Amino acid sequence: MKLTKTLLASTALTVAAGMANADGHMANEMTIVSWGGAYSNSQQKAYHDPYMAATGISIINDESSPEAVAKLRAMNEAGNITWDLVDVEAADAIRLCDEGLAMEIDHDEVLAPAPDGTPASDDFGDTIASDCFIPQIVFSTTFGYRTDMVPEGAEPPTSACDVFEIEKYPGKRALNKRPIANMEWALLCDGVAYEDVYDVLETEEGQARAFAKLDTIKDQTIWWSAGAETPQLLADGEIFMGSTFNGRLFSVIAEQGQPVGMAWDWQMFDLDGWIVPTGLSDDRLARVMDYLKVSTDTQRLADQAKYISYGPARASSAPLVGQHAELGIDMAPHMPTDPNNAENTFVNNYEWWADYRDDLDAKFQAWLTQ
Amino acid sequence: MTDAAQNTGPMMAADGTTLKSSLNRALRRQKLRALMLIAPLLIFVLVTFIAPIADMLFRSVENQIVSDTLPSTTDALKDWDSSAGDIPAPEVFDALYTDVFIAQERKLHTRLGSRLNYELTGVSSLFRKSGRKVEDMGEVYQDQFEDLNPFWKDAENWNALMGSDAWLGAQNAWDPKSETAQPAFELREEIVGLLPQTAEVFEIFADFVQNERERNLAKTDPWALVYSAFYDDLRREPDVSSYGGTGAAEMLEAMAAVSSFETVDTTAAFADIDKDWHDVEVWQTIQTYSPHFTSGYFLNAVDMKKSADGPEMRPDNEQIYIKLFVRTLFMSLVITGSCILLGYPVAWILANLPARTANLLMILVLLPFWTSLLVRTSAWKVMLQQQGVINDTLVWLGLVADDSRLALINNQTGTIIAMTHILLPFMILPLYSVMKTIPPSYLRAAKSLGATNWTAFWRVYFPQSVPGIGAGSILVFILSIGYYITPELVGGTTGTFISNRIAYHISSSLNWGLAAALGAILLAVVLGLYWAYDKIVGIDNVKLGG
Repeated sequence: MKLTKTLLASTALTVAAGMANADGHMANEMTIVSWGGAYSNSQQKAYHDPYMAATGISIINDESSPEAVAKLRAMNEAGNITWDLVDVEAADAIRLCDEGLAMEIDHDEVLAPAPDGTPASDDFGDTIASDCFIPQIVFSTTFGYRTDMVPEGAEPPTSACDVFEIEKYPGKRALNKRPIANMEWALLCDGVAYEDVYDVLETEEGQARAFAKLDTIKDQTIWWSAGAETPQLLADGEIFMGSTFNGRLFSVIAEQGQPVGMAWDWQMFDLDGWIVPTGLSDDRLARVMDYLKVSTDTQRLADQAKYISYGPARASSAPLVGQHAELGIDMAPHMPTDPNNAENTFVNNYEWWADYRDDLDAKFQAWLTQ
Repeated sequence: MTDAAQNTGPMMAADGTTLKSSLNRALRRQKLRALMLIAPLLIFVLVTFIAPIADMLFRSVENQIVSDTLPSTTDALKDWDSSAGDIPAPEVFDALYTDVFIAQERKLHTRLGSRLNYELTGVSSLFRKSGRKVEDMGEVYQDQFEDLNPFWKDAENWNALMGSDAWLGAQNAWDPKSETAQPAFELREEIVGLLPQTAEVFEIFADFVQNERERNLAKTDPWALVYSAFYDDLRREPDVSSYGGTGAAEMLEAMAAVSSFETVDTTAAFADIDKDWHDVEVWQTIQTYSPHFTSGYFLNAVDMKKSADGPEMRPDNEQIYIKLFVRTLFMSLVITGSCILLGYPVAWILANLPARTANLLMILVLLPFWTSLLVRTSAWKVMLQQQGVINDTLVWLGLVADDSRLALINNQTGTIIAMTHILLPFMILPLYSVMKTIPPSYLRAAKSLGATNWTAFWRVYFPQSVPGIGAGSILVFILSIGYYITPELVGGTTGTFISNRIAYHISSSLNWGLAAALGAILLAVVLGLYWAYDKIVGIDNVKLGG
């Protein structure tokens, strides 16, 4: 009898808890998905903490951004969206928008205008890579090198093209294990003009030319798949130079004090920002929109740059970028958008990649295994 | 029960049939009871394991998206002869216009674009671009009708024309602010006969507005597509005068006017959006992938592709999967082999030491087993890299020159070393449990009968430990065939497995169909090997313990 009672009670409890969970969200909770680590930390301090203090809404961090695309699709198919806001790269935002997994946004309606009244869509400008995408930061994939491994008498590298100068700078390199960025650099450094790169890359000959250029350093290259690999390889002295996200290199140089320098020329610009999943209930959607309006305004975006060296996506935020919150150094010279760093920059053509990604990826992987 | 059956039944009591059936019945009841006992587990396994796997594998042949998104186009395209080299007839482009229009309203066109982009590069942007511009095509007619008579501007007029009287009454009585559902749209009978195309499109539109958008139909202006369908219907000169309800006069007026309307040639208009619409290859792809089910993913998974003349191999620079399958199998075999070589002596020592020491050693075997996989893999990176512990030691000992340090990582060697270490406990544990059961007296008996150490081991001890080797090998081999984190981190380009590509297609390229096909092949290979093992060694000879 007692056992039956206990069983009944616990079953009832489980069911009740399950129902509460299925409902998903209590009235004042929001699940925000991001990349974790230093990046989530910067969002926590610049966006979440002030917002939670002001509204009493509690924000739950989920570090699933690397698998966001696949997980969102699975959630969508299961008909149970547990995320309220997701941080993704621009290319993924386009993909999610294409798949109907992210909501289309009217930027001027949802987002706050700049302090001088410029509408949000003008303030963000070209960084709005897709109708579903609300940009936060501009980051870049760029090269770091070991300052103590530069051969004597040689100038230190300054450009992405120096990665192909195997005679001048002997030693291992690290490149991303996917075609994006590598193919463009290969052509650019083989003498193709910046504005022609994608036209050339569309042709069979252009692709062969890019692979031939990459062939010159293939056996000296370690191919990374996680952004943390290059900083580790640089810190260990395992490679001479390698590509990774500029914020990672900033932390190797400024926070860890490793003998690493940056070769900014032809850095590959990329964008990161929010998307709102489709299928949120009205009250959850209203909460997300309120959060978005606050956390993407001019001051908030500039605040984030205090914690990490990524450039705010709004034009009006740039003048407000100050010093690092803990190290007290000026952040502006470490921004990919700083004029000294952005002399030659490469802007990724996301729409082009949406078309050619499947095809080139197959060729790139086949080339790697040869 | 049996007695009763014997008494009332025909005189067959002792001929066995009744006895058999009653025995069967008793057995069935017993089986049922046993089944109910395992039911919770069975249901759990079915729901959480078998069903998801079956669902995932089903995606490898599923292809409904094409015919679901472009129903009339795929229908119209059936008779098109792709080998003739001409673009399809104008009717196909008309159908495409209707399909793409509806798909872009429902935001499905880009999804189809990314699906077909797996087969033909550039289709993704083709659909995205077309979705954006397709509305302009219909607006040509919309503007002309609205200029002709403002009557056509108003959503309520359209509803009065297209909707049945019963529905109109219900809709007008419905209070949008109330919680009750909007009355479902119903077509007016006589309009269906008069304007078949318009009726069809309007019904889709009404369904979309009411059920998908959940908006008030009375307040929503019709799609531009409705106007183009209306134009097409009127051009067929139906007997409009037979209709006498709302909008009869306006319809007569419109019918008189349409012959002088500016028209849209959909064939040319699609070419204006993108010249690729006049590329035969695009149409071939749509036609090839029209059926509900496709072998395309499986062909892709073995480096082939569908073409107009049946399956053919992909060009050399795109062939990758067969190579990866072969590499995965070969490296898994090597890893299994090295696990046997390293694990056998360890298990032997463990089995033959006094219990206290054996337990201590056992902890040493199990400790790495309990450590996170990622930690162990990262530790191997520190050990194996060129500036790592092993190379540093070798250089310090003078065995290797400083400028020719060994490449132990980011290649096959790295994967084999790291995975052998990670999977070693799976070999040692079954070996140990089998060796524990072999009485040491057998070896002593062999030796006392004059066998040398080697003969005693090889002829007496080893055959008895084979079931342990079998169990360990199956475990290690099957685990390593599906491994992906370790190869991803230490494998470089030559040491990655097929599972790394599966993971890529699941999480980044979203080509779940191809991932499912690769997974299905991998599953089939494992089952095939298991079957072969059963035939050759016999699965009864496998012992995991005792």
